[in-house]
Amino acid sequence: MAENIGTLFQWLIFLGVAFISILASLLLVTRKNPIHSALFLVLNFLCVAVLYILLYSQFIAIIQVVVYAGAIVMLIVFVIMLLDLEVELRSGLKFSYTKLIGGFLALFFFLGIFYAVVAKSPTGKIGSSYTSENITNNVKAVGEVLFTQYLFPFEIVSILLVVAMVGAVILSKKRA
Amino acid sequence: MWVVPAIPPALFLVLSGILFTIGVIGALTRRNAIVVFMCIELMLNSVNLSFITFSRFLRSMDGVLFAFFVIAVAAAEAAVGLAIFVMLYRSRETINVDEINLLKW
Repeated sequence: MAENIGTLFQWLIFLGVAFISILASLLLVTRKNPIHSALFLVLNFLCVAVLYILLYSQFIAIIQVVVYAGAIVMLIVFVIMLLDLEVELRSGLKFSYTKLIGGFLALFFFLGIFYAVVAKSPTGKIGSSYTSENITNNVKAVGEVLFTQYLFPFEIVSILLVVAMVGAVILSKKRA
Repeated sequence: MWVVPAIPPALFLVLSGILFTIGVIGALTRRNAIVVFMCIELMLNSVNLSFITFSRFLRSMDGVLFAFFVIAVAAAEAAVGLAIFVMLYRSRETINVDEINLLKW
């Protein structure tokens, strides 16, 4: 009985959060003002973080809130404030046939994804590193895999971040 | 006694597909470069969701690590991309992607 109630609450949380995230992403695409779009992007990221917790990945949920909803969107909002977009705001959303065609192509793309997911249950090699103990110690388990099996990609990512930082500084420097 | 079934992975994957498709529609239809950029972030995020779903239901930690690397690359992309937008705005006074069609001017 207690398990039933737990699963029921998982369903309720999943359905509510899924609805809010779809709504937020639709509003993100349709709002005229880029600041509103950025705030709906934050809402969408927070909803997806809740979904990560529902999937027992606390580490990625925290990283999602800190890096995506915190750092990246803050950077986007800063750049929107830096640029003077008054002219583009006044021009509004214009309709054109290329947009209609693009939307239809994207819908076909979605039908493809939907068919691939629903037609057959997803298959793959069952791993062994996800024991019931790991579910409660998710951060520890992620760290163990990250610093043993994935150490080399981890170092490559650090180089990538340094290169991106230097590139951003050089790009935004005023020409002398 | 009636037992409530657990949430199937297909629902998470369909949600991920819906978010990805909305991101594709936005990237194809919007003309403001920053909004296009946000739609690309949305697409990366939905791919992360499907990585985590597979990691959970295949009981393997690898998907979590891949999502971690995707987030790191997205952060690097954000820094460089936004610097490019600032530079474009300085030289062209616009970030409309229809008007930015030359690599050099």
